[in-house]
Amino acid sequence: MPYPRLIPCLDVAGGRVVKGVNFVGLRDVGDPVALAAAYSAGGADELVFLDIGATPEERTTLLGVVASVADVLDIPFTVGGGVRTLDDAARIIEAGADRVSLNSAAVGDPSLLGAVAERYGSQAVVVAIDSAAGRVFIGGGRTATDRETVAWAHEAVSRGAGEVLLTSIEHDGRREGYDLDLTARVRAAVSVPVIASGGAGTAAHIAEALRVADAALVASIVHEDPEGLPGLRRAVVAAGAGLRPWEEGQ
Amino acid sequence: MSAVVIVDYGAGNTRSVRAALARLGRASVVSAAPGVIAEADDVILPGVGSAATAMTHLRETGAAAALERRVREGRPVLGICLGLQLALETSEEDGGVEGLGLVPGRVVRLSDTRVPRLGWATVEPDGDTYYFAHSYGAQTPATIAWAEGVAAVVVHGSFRGVQFHPEKSGPIGQRYLERCLTPA
Repeated sequence: MPYPRLIPCLDVAGGRVVKGVNFVGLRDVGDPVALAAAYSAGGADELVFLDIGATPEERTTLLGVVASVADVLDIPFTVGGGVRTLDDAARIIEAGADRVSLNSAAVGDPSLLGAVAERYGSQAVVVAIDSAAGRVFIGGGRTATDRETVAWAHEAVSRGAGEVLLTSIEHDGRREGYDLDLTARVRAAVSVPVIASGGAGTAAHIAEALRVADAALVASIVHEDPEGLPGLRRAVVAAGAGLRPWEEGQ
Repeated sequence: MSAVVIVDYGAGNTRSVRAALARLGRASVVSAAPGVIAEADDVILPGVGSAATAMTHLRETGAAAALERRVREGRPVLGICLGLQLALETSEEDGGVEGLGLVPGRVVRLSDTRVPRLGWATVEPDGDTYYFAHSYGAQTPATIAWAEGVAAVVVHGSFRGVQFHPEKSGPIGQRYLERCLTPA
């Protein structure tokens, strides 16, 4: 197995990183390209960009961001949020993203996962699942569906998803740790890597998530102190997770 | 020093490789034209997409024959990920695909517990860590380095193939890519 991965997630709208990244080392903390470069230099194993912009103009701007990020970033990155069609996915990948993440649209039409996988390979297809009370939620976690989380993860993988990004709505933002039980159950049900998301408050939380998942998504814990990312990495390793060998300035 | 030619086989993302070359100060062009492939100092066969589609494109454009000629003449070709796998004789992908046959051996579905194999792994005997994203792997006597038992670097004549993505493997990957190119 490859090393477990630590993956900062950046929310983007209208070409800007939103939801307050507190990066004192940067003149413009809303610039996705500058932040991507800074996180890469700080030891991120990968990055995820989630487009939370709602308007068509904001969506078009996203492709420019993807292209600019691809030009500077020397680690892999995934782009998701509002991907509705094969064409949407194709535009993102052809703009330079390594992987595209599908959420609500895949629930509505699971064959979309297979269509993207057929063209770009399943390693390029991430199914993002927002879960609460064991059920799948869509529309940014606002709308409940009658799909059961573990069963949907299994189906999505059989349809072509090459990775599962599992967010616990209940744990998200609370900083009391990831939903280890749900993550473990989803991972046992699928044959692809699983990214745990939602609830990181400490390095110990990340390390315990990496015992049941292949990767851990982190947001506020790194955005509040991006210069602290190398230190966070070291703390996660000290807490028992075998992240890849990495040194600052390498 | 001519521009590095990135072979176009119609399947997607050549931007990352172009960007990595630009960061090394190297110009690149994306082309499937046999004449362009023949004349370049350095040729890269990149790696995103499916084996069957890629091979169809390479044959139809004449790029396949141009790559075979280059390797026969002892001139360098670098294959990345799928670009490595296409160089072998056959692949299990897409129900069975005949490859370029630049390197003896075949490509098989990975037997790892988690496939696709996604993430960073240490390549031995070098000891450096690179990023991998693949579901198939090479089985060939031309393998010179491994990562967790999977072929990571394959060298046969003037062909070099890497299963990892040097263009996505941070500064160490950049340096690896640079070493693969004719010195500027």
